[in-house]
Amino acid sequence: MIHLKTPIDVSRLKELTVGDKVLISGTIYTARDQAHMRLIEDENPAFDLEGSVIYYVGPTPARPGQVIGSSGPTSAYRMDSLATPLMKRGVKIMIGKGNRSEAFRKSMVENNAIYMIATGGAGALLSSKIKSSKVLMYEDLGTEAIYELVVDEFPCFVAYDLHGNQIFKGGTS
Amino acid sequence: MREISLDEVTRIVKESLIKINYELDNSLVTMLKKAKDKEKSELSKSILDDILTNQELARQGNSPLCQDTGVAVVFAEIGQDVYYNGPLDEAINRGVRQAYDEGYLRKSVVKHPFDRQNTQDNTPAILHTKVIPGDKLILKIASKGAGSENMSKVVMLTPNAGIEGVKKLVLDTVFDAGGRPCPPIIVGIGIGGNFEKSALIAKEAILRDLNDESSDPIIRNLERELYDEINRLGVGPMGVGGETTCLAVKINTYPMHIASLPVAINIQCHSARHIEVTL
Repeated sequence: MIHLKTPIDVSRLKELTVGDKVLISGTIYTARDQAHMRLIEDENPAFDLEGSVIYYVGPTPARPGQVIGSSGPTSAYRMDSLATPLMKRGVKIMIGKGNRSEAFRKSMVENNAIYMIATGGAGALLSSKIKSSKVLMYEDLGTEAIYELVVDEFPCFVAYDLHGNQIFKGGTS
Repeated sequence: MREISLDEVTRIVKESLIKINYELDNSLVTMLKKAKDKEKSELSKSILDDILTNQELARQGNSPLCQDTGVAVVFAEIGQDVYYNGPLDEAINRGVRQAYDEGYLRKSVVKHPFDRQNTQDNTPAILHTKVIPGDKLILKIASKGAGSENMSKVVMLTPNAGIEGVKKLVLDTVFDAGGRPCPPIIVGIGIGGNFEKSALIAKEAILRDLNDESSDPIIRNLERELYDEINRLGVGPMGVGGETTCLAVKINTYPMHIASLPVAINIQCHSARHIEVTL
């Protein structure tokens, strides 16, 4: 079990290998397709991308008094062609589910970043690791807005590491 | 003629959608537990453990099983001796609207392929109707997520492709999908009909009882063979490798043109959320 705190200390990413269970604590940011498209064009985002963690998720609505609704990962491959510009601006960890393209994997290694997966379809469990939540950017996107989440030991597995390994059996890009 | 109250239809649709998004079917839970016991690696075991813990938490009624609470898919089998005092489709959509609002479910439907504006109430449902004899209304109601739906396909094979051609197509489709559709999956296969009919019967196949088998001996055998061969692919839970890639294979068939062998493969994630209600 490896513990990582945000912002991510890049020097620690080399220690990680495929299949490692990592518990992330600190502040992370949600972004899906629409938010990526805007963020790429946004010169003044409301958070520092350097050392940041992006979680691919669109939560269900929170009940009154609840921090956040169900919050499991969405398929990461949809963000493959949108990820490089954000990694170039400092994004260090992306959390999603499922295989991604070879082009993405190469770009990820070049940019010293890591792709992790969280258990897909475990949104109720994963939301219990989220301690606070607020809409930070692009509120009009609803569930696809960028949320700032404070997480405590958010559980992920390293899917692609910096040594060229990948976790998946099957899956074409 | 028997009148069925549209308010009752709305209520059933609403309650069903809320229920399936919080309570995973018990026979599915049993299958997932067996799958967990079968896994050899700590990683794949721990993923199935997460899925099982998740369904326990969701059952408490605060957070839905998955953040993708899907598009509502409704198969309405309408008895020809039933009368409705108004439009049935509106009653169903009203139920969808109420469920996604009152059940704190995610509204995931956009109106237009390119402007992508959310309809804000998860309508319209994808509604399929069929006329049946009698005075009952059978509603098969599902919340279908996009992760697995996006890995589905329709292919027009030629008749000489035969059983081997169908098997290769299914195995390639499941392998190429890898971890993206949230395995362990349920594979719904439609063989025959035409282009659109194959897709429709594949979707209906997903809604079959988890423990049933085809009554056609050739098809039953194919379901069993594909179940074994898919699990030998080793894709495993969430694609990280393992013993269980699929929990079930369901095949529906329909007569077809002499020149055609349409095959539709509709993939269902492990969070299979559907229910059947008869009014």
